[in-house]
Amino acid sequence: MNHLSEEQLILHYYGEEGDTLACEQHLDECEECRALYGSLQRVLNVVDSLPVPVRGPEYSSQVWQRLESRLPVRRRMWTFPSPLRWAVAGTALAGLLVAAFFAGRFYPRPRVNHPAQMANAPADPQAGERILLVAVGDYLERSQMVLVELANANPKAPMDISSEQERAAGLVSESRLYRQTAAHTGDTAVASVLDDLDRVLLEIAHAPSQISPEELERLRQRLEGEGILFKIRVLGNNVRNQEEPAASTARQKL
Amino acid sequence: MELTDAVFVSKARSGDPEAYRVLVDRHSRSLFRLAFRMTGNEQDAEDVVQESFLRAYRQLGKFDERASFGTWLYRIATNYSLDLVRSRKRRSANQAPADPEKDDPMMALPSGDPTPERMALSGEVRERVSEAMKDLSATERTAFVLRHFEGMSIEEVSRVLDCQPGAAKHSVFRAVQKLRRALEPLVSTAQ
Repeated sequence: MNHLSEEQLILHYYGEEGDTLACEQHLDECEECRALYGSLQRVLNVVDSLPVPVRGPEYSSQVWQRLESRLPVRRRMWTFPSPLRWAVAGTALAGLLVAAFFAGRFYPRPRVNHPAQMANAPADPQAGERILLVAVGDYLERSQMVLVELANANPKAPMDISSEQERAAGLVSESRLYRQTAAHTGDTAVASVLDDLDRVLLEIAHAPSQISPEELERLRQRLEGEGILFKIRVLGNNVRNQEEPAASTARQKL
Repeated sequence: MELTDAVFVSKARSGDPEAYRVLVDRHSRSLFRLAFRMTGNEQDAEDVVQESFLRAYRQLGKFDERASFGTWLYRIATNYSLDLVRSRKRRSANQAPADPEKDDPMMALPSGDPTPERMALSGEVRERVSEAMKDLSATERTAFVLRHFEGMSIEEVSRVLDCQPGAAKHSVFRAVQKLRRALEPLVSTAQ
């Protein structure tokens, strides 16, 4: 009887042996090869159990935070031809000017009774906190709307999600400030929910604009499996609960 | 709606850093595992992860989009790990005998947790496994880590090592043979 070589046994262990059935049959019949294979398995099992320090789901966010500032800036490629590019830039600039005009005209000015009061008034961190809370609350609500719309859609054919994608992309670029603030203030629970949400929004923003019912079902399952909508609702409630005390404290100070 | 890496690579190449973030998200933990097994040191593994993502981003323009981003990233991480291991070996050869516990991966773990692995690999066994792994050549160690721990096929290992599948297969053989020679007396005694 021809015995199995050590190389054949190694390949068999890793499931790379071409003739698996013949190899198994030989191992059943040959005590010598079986003993050699057993020894090989024991050795590799011992090596296999060398532990590796565990990195949790938040690890990739930590890597990204350290990496982001070191990445060289890549020039974003324009997809418009040159004249159209100028037209788009001009329209955007005109839009900004109109927005700035109306913002200046209608934004409520704080009432100051005495010029000395204005000079001595310190920058109010609580007012800043209130604005941030309102912004985060609004961001969560809009994110939730995008996800709920997709989760509740029940198409029989591929569906156009370009409008949801546009909103998701806008939310992604908006979320960076909130994530950084949460990470900076050590609010890991909030940072983690924002990270989860951001990942889903990113995937939606970068998906093809036509989504099949099967892909939509996978998204729905993912949202359910990771409990993302539930987490957003809880976080949104917490933010709204914090908004009111922050607002009343800020009112008392004015 | 799991999109392929290629979609995000393409967007990252066009200047979208958020697309690169998805790739970091997908690969950072597996890259850390690989780096730790290659270097045997937690801090070095962290450096490998950071440096590999940074190098990959800088070289995205050279990446062939038909290839697998994961394999390409593994190749970058493997090369950087090999450099680290080799330079560490050179340093320790020039210095006084190092503390045997310093580079031991087991020492990087929080102590005091009597997990089954820790119990099973206590004392002599742990030391011998660690020593046997260190005795492998850089290529053997890489091929073995990729095949044994990362579950890559010989074909994939050869792509990461940038060699023929036959050469990758022989590196795995040599690694397993060396480990068996070194550890067999130990497992026979334990039996």
